[in-house]
Amino acid sequence: MSLKIIGTGKGIPEKRVTNHDLAGFLDTNDEWIVSRTGIKSRNVCSHETLTDLAAAAALQALDKSGLRPEDIDLIICSTIGGDYRTPSLACCVSNSIGASCPAFDVNAACTGFIYALEIASGFLADEKTDNILIVCAEMMSKHMDWTDRNTCVLFGDGAAACTVTKGNALKYIDLSASADVSLLQVPSGTGNSPFVDEKKEYGFLNMQGQEVFKFAVNVVESGVKQALDKLNVSAEQIDLFLLHQANKRIVDSVRRALGQPEEKFPLNIAHYGNLSSASIPLLLFEMLEEDKIKPGDTLFMSAFGAGLTAGSCVMVWE
Amino acid sequence: MLDKITEIVHVYTDNQTLAVTEQTTFTDLGLDSLDTVELLMKIEDEFSVRIEMTEDIQSVGDIISVIEKLQ
Repeated sequence: MSLKIIGTGKGIPEKRVTNHDLAGFLDTNDEWIVSRTGIKSRNVCSHETLTDLAAAAALQALDKSGLRPEDIDLIICSTIGGDYRTPSLACCVSNSIGASCPAFDVNAACTGFIYALEIASGFLADEKTDNILIVCAEMMSKHMDWTDRNTCVLFGDGAAACTVTKGNALKYIDLSASADVSLLQVPSGTGNSPFVDEKKEYGFLNMQGQEVFKFAVNVVESGVKQALDKLNVSAEQIDLFLLHQANKRIVDSVRRALGQPEEKFPLNIAHYGNLSSASIPLLLFEMLEEDKIKPGDTLFMSAFGAGLTAGSCVMVWE
Repeated sequence: MLDKITEIVHVYTDNQTLAVTEQTTFTDLGLDSLDTVELLMKIEDEFSVRIEMTEDIQSVGDIISVIEKLQ
């Protein structure tokens, strides 16, 4: 079963933090961050919860698709950590927007949106499911060590949502996970169980940036080649490459390898930083708002993240 | 091997006139850490090896030693 996206929305926290703001308490500077990542600012939660952002994105997506919360048959949230370890963020969103359907979370790190699409296409094969709400929401600010200049400058908080229904837009999708836990992780703790031999505290996000960069460039490049081969099309026939916004340098590297023009690789990392799984749906939302996607356009999407997970898909917009 | 690496460096930096010796460092070539990763990826493809980024590689000579160790 294929699917089509019929509405998108976003939820971004109010507080904007520039590189100059970070330089106020970290040994870093705007030039260093921009030249290595392409990031100029990011938004972070102050008074908002992640549920607030996710619900705002969800309601906007519903509004744009002409659906009401009661029309939704399933809510899938992609997040590496909601406001509660349980209940799921999807249940929090459902409660907040007044839906009454099954709801669950998926954690495929930054690749979560592509994973959610594949799951949604499976559910849509069943006749009892017509409309699915996918919400990708990340509060990266709570996972980062704000004294570590190598990681805390890279991420931001935000949510993006889309409503999907039966359709034929999705032409190709491929997911993978090549297990390597050490390169990018946010360690969990062991709580206060008196029976645990080795007590572990909750940890902050840590990653081996250069290895992750290499993985990202390789996996996106091979993902593009595999998709093009499978569909028997050329890179020239792809109208837009919506790539996970982890680092502008990764996008640039892939673009150069494919010999494609800059305008086919939209970027929003300068304003938001890395929003993990929310980055691609947010980019999609912005492209639609700016009228840069028209029916018939061929979109390639690709993401990669902790796991190491990866996923790519091709849609011909309906 | 130095000739091949020099050729890759020239293509990557788009500068055919750069002098490359075993003592040349990435800093000499004006490359930052991510440029270095990209350059090493091209060298990996050329020599069919996989270089760990945890290796202490600062110069062209370091690259040659790592590749020789891997081959």
